[in-house]
Amino acid sequence: MKDKFDYFIKTENNKWEVIIGLEVHAQVTSKSKLFSSSSTKFGGKPNTQVSLVDSAFPGMLPVINKFCIEQAVKTGLGLNAKINLRSIFDRKNYFYADLPAGYQISQYKNPIVGEGSVTLDMPYGTKKVGIERLHLEQDAGKSIHDLSPDNTFVDLNRSGVALMEIVSKPDLRSPDEVNSYVKKLRTIMRYLGTCDGNMQEGSLRADVNVSVRKEGEKKFGTRCEIKNVNSIKFMEMAIESEAKRQVELIESGKKIVQETRLFDTKKNETRSMRSKEEAHDYRYFPDPDLLPLEIKQSFVDNLKNKLPELPDKKKERFINKFKLTPYEANVLISENNISEYFEEVIKSADIKLAKNWIIVELFAVLNDKNLDIKDSPVSSKNLANLVNLISSGEISGKIAKKVFELMVQSGDEPSKIIKDKGLQQQSDPKELEKIVKNVLEKNLDKITQYKAGKEKLYGFFVGEVMKASSGKANPKLVNDILKKELKK
Amino acid sequence: MRTFLLFQRLLIKMNDLNDISLSEIIKLIKSKKISSLELANHFINNIKKAKKLNSFITTCFDQTIKDSKSFDKKQNFDGLLPGIPIAVKDLFCTKNIKTTAGSKILENFVPTYESTVTNNLWKEGAILLGKLNCDEFAMGSSNETSFFGNVVNPLENNFVPGGSSGGSATALAASLTPATIGTDTGGSIRQPASFTGTVGLKPTYGLCSRWGIVAFASSLDQAGPMTKNVEDCALMLEAMSGYDKKDSTSINRKKENYFKNLKKSIKGIKIGIPKEYRVDNMPKEIEQLWKNGIDILKKSGAKIIDISLPHTKYALPTYYIVAPAEASSNLARYDGIKYGYRSKKGNNLIEMYEHTRAEGFGDEVKRRVLIGTYVLSSGYYDAYYLKAQKVRKLIKGDFDNSFKKVDAILTPSTPSSAFKIGEKTNDPISMYLNDIFTVPVNLAGLPAISIPAGKDHKGHPLGLQLISKALEEQKILNIAFAMEKEIDFKQSLNRWWE
Amino acid sequence: MPIDKNQVKKVAKLSRISLDDSKLESLSKDLVSILNFVEQLNKLDTNEIKPLTSIIDKSLDTRDDTVSEGQIKDQILKNSPEKNEDFFIVPKVVD
Ligand SMILES: [Mg+2]
Ligand SMILES: [Zn+2]
Repeated sequence: MKDKFDYFIKTENNKWEVIIGLEVHAQVTSKSKLFSSSSTKFGGKPNTQVSLVDSAFPGMLPVINKFCIEQAVKTGLGLNAKINLRSIFDRKNYFYADLPAGYQISQYKNPIVGEGSVTLDMPYGTKKVGIERLHLEQDAGKSIHDLSPDNTFVDLNRSGVALMEIVSKPDLRSPDEVNSYVKKLRTIMRYLGTCDGNMQEGSLRADVNVSVRKEGEKKFGTRCEIKNVNSIKFMEMAIESEAKRQVELIESGKKIVQETRLFDTKKNETRSMRSKEEAHDYRYFPDPDLLPLEIKQSFVDNLKNKLPELPDKKKERFINKFKLTPYEANVLISENNISEYFEEVIKSADIKLAKNWIIVELFAVLNDKNLDIKDSPVSSKNLANLVNLISSGEISGKIAKKVFELMVQSGDEPSKIIKDKGLQQQSDPKELEKIVKNVLEKNLDKITQYKAGKEKLYGFFVGEVMKASSGKANPKLVNDILKKELKK
Repeated sequence: MRTFLLFQRLLIKMNDLNDISLSEIIKLIKSKKISSLELANHFINNIKKAKKLNSFITTCFDQTIKDSKSFDKKQNFDGLLPGIPIAVKDLFCTKNIKTTAGSKILENFVPTYESTVTNNLWKEGAILLGKLNCDEFAMGSSNETSFFGNVVNPLENNFVPGGSSGGSATALAASLTPATIGTDTGGSIRQPASFTGTVGLKPTYGLCSRWGIVAFASSLDQAGPMTKNVEDCALMLEAMSGYDKKDSTSINRKKENYFKNLKKSIKGIKIGIPKEYRVDNMPKEIEQLWKNGIDILKKSGAKIIDISLPHTKYALPTYYIVAPAEASSNLARYDGIKYGYRSKKGNNLIEMYEHTRAEGFGDEVKRRVLIGTYVLSSGYYDAYYLKAQKVRKLIKGDFDNSFKKVDAILTPSTPSSAFKIGEKTNDPISMYLNDIFTVPVNLAGLPAISIPAGKDHKGHPLGLQLISKALEEQKILNIAFAMEKEIDFKQSLNRWWE
Repeated sequence: MPIDKNQVKKVAKLSRISLDDSKLESLSKDLVSILNFVEQLNKLDTNEIKPLTSIIDKSLDTRDDTVSEGQIKDQILKNSPEKNEDFFIVPKVVD
């Protein structure tokens, strides 16, 4: 981790700064589509989640989904943005096989959400990224090109699904910042329940605008837009390669042409979308089938009052109240489910132990098994019990690990596992005294060395005792007895 | 008693159902002097004999017969339109019945759903006779842009019925349907009504649901009734209108009883006469028609007030920016993928689109899609589209100001009577000028009715238009009802097409 | 000249309508006259005017987030000129 921003494209003579702006398309979490009542569920059979409106039959008209408006406003509030009480839906006109009406209903001049901001935690400090706007629009259907050599197949299931297009200001400066920005947006929307952020299912995609300029220069360079990148990894790769391409062009005396490009993930390079080169002219105009959308301030206030605690606030609270480091807080607030789990555990268990167990042991397991914390085999209650068994000294850390492993396998409660497997701590002083004496007798030479001043050997004796007790000896008692015996 | 009823029935047939109004037909049905099946057969016969008029794109007679028989089996007179067979403009999507919007691109499109407005009619007891020809995607003022050929005005062969609801106007005037519905984006109900001597009303924007109607220009489109008289118009409007939660621009309010509340007294009502509607080289006949209308209103006790709608002359240019802009976007869905026509030409997706739309759309649609694309495109948006939306505000403001002083505004419906087929097809602008008096109303979202008010030297009907504040349909219906009685417009067709 | 043939070609491309030369010729003529006609608006000073955003004075109505549509694949695909059991089929998209 670097503690200073350091992302430049360095060439023989120059240091180039990379300027990035994102247009994120986030699918609104809703049961039905933005302007029709067909389902938004992922993975349905082709053309089964399509209404007459979604397939643009003659005479069909759009009627807006109230919940989608709420979702957009909530997201706007989560982005600390201005909510526009009056917004207008426009038509964006272009022909494409999966755009049944020949236009997409979107918001152009008057979006529902105006300027806002998102704060990123970078290793070199926090960074505020400006949000230009958020608007509501429809998704298109899906064109399938690989089922036949001569034909394209069209599935309209996605046609009409509500999207929020979140446009950032050109405030991002590195692939890392983009990574952090997209993750932060996703976290906020997941907290709000406005977008599930599932990139595999296409719920979150982005158009990435990239330009370069020499370090210290004020003016922006000409930008290129890389369309529809659907993973954070690819966004990072695309930016890197596009920035390099632009620098090479400029340094060889050529000009950047403002254009739309595609990222080829196999070749790790961007290429011009030649077919779209011909006159792009969307002819936006207000959709005459819809009236201006007017919402009341009370509607906004009502949503604001019901807003959950957002990640930034929660992080602050975790740091202040639970004395977490910023890193730990970040990890624990990254998802609502995680922070909820954590707060559940520490209701009845020691914070310091609990956070470590979650961040280290539990996350390793969840990662390994690719599980959401919601589906954790170890419930928050069971983990709290385990932590309590450790802090009360009933089991050692080492035994705890063994117990935890078994909890993962069986989902059982820790005390049951301890009982079933006979993992209870040995706390009978007489028994322990026997073991200690036994160990010492076998290591008379080491005792001599210890008494001669080699105090490090103390740990060795403890280890041997624990080994002899298969880890079950009560460490505190072992200590007491060992010290007493060694003094003899 | 039996023989008496039978005698009455024969009498009705001899008197000919062609000359009576929808309201009278409903009385006959309710008094069981005629059955729904007999009615259906009557109109089916008329339709079969009217091929020359080319007013139908699709008929569904088997279904009509079946539905009328089942109505007769369990007569239910609770609805406003008990057992009444009705044909509708082919812009309304009808479940399991082909819906084309007059376009090749929808030549074989069979919706699996029913438009809210037509559904409202069926809920009131009406029965579908078939789908009426119209200008392609309702873009036209003469019904000459339809892929299915032009419609002929029943007044005289070789004359247009107006458009875009030309098939509706012709079918109504020729008694191929007792009443009908059309759509009006810039005059598409009122202008053909005026050209065929019938009554047409464009409701307040948002009064009738647009759900299930093939869209032309979303901020202007409204469905409305076309009938033989004002009473029928009130009845049909009552049947078709109402809040629809599937249309975000639908107005949520209690349904009105236009029919029951219709009354002729208009004493003290204030009528505005806008000076800007006195356009250059307006035919004397139109001037005279308007004057007669004013006289009738005065005689009925109304107060006439001169008003000014200063931005009137900018309405048509504004309309020809806003409507094409919305249309260019609304018609993007006709891409050969989900429904409708697809060209066999083209080696990739883009070429498929281009050929499909080149072959599927007619010239007028192409003109408007291209104009619409142009006025929205980058670099031109502010100069055209945004400018037009500003002027639209001024036009609406003109009306708002006027309605502080008057209850309704009286104008001619059209600057001329029906013209000859082919007369204006070479010059789009001269065609567009047809809608000069009707377009401002759409831009302002207001209700307006056209009633037959006289004839020109050729004996072709001419209409007068009444405009009111938003949601005051009852007011213009009442004024029109009063005027209708005084005007006593009569039109007898010799049924030359049969 | 508010629009030239090259612009018409560009607009046709944007509109996805192929035009052969004779069509281009006649359409260009029409578009010029229509645009000349609408340019009357330039006589009007609208600097101080806010554009109209909707013709009716009400805010957008909303619906609840419930699933009540879908599972009508056959209806959705029924009218398609080219389809199989599950998909709309279009000529290959070249990227
Ligand atoms: Mg973008
Ligand atoms: Zn977008």
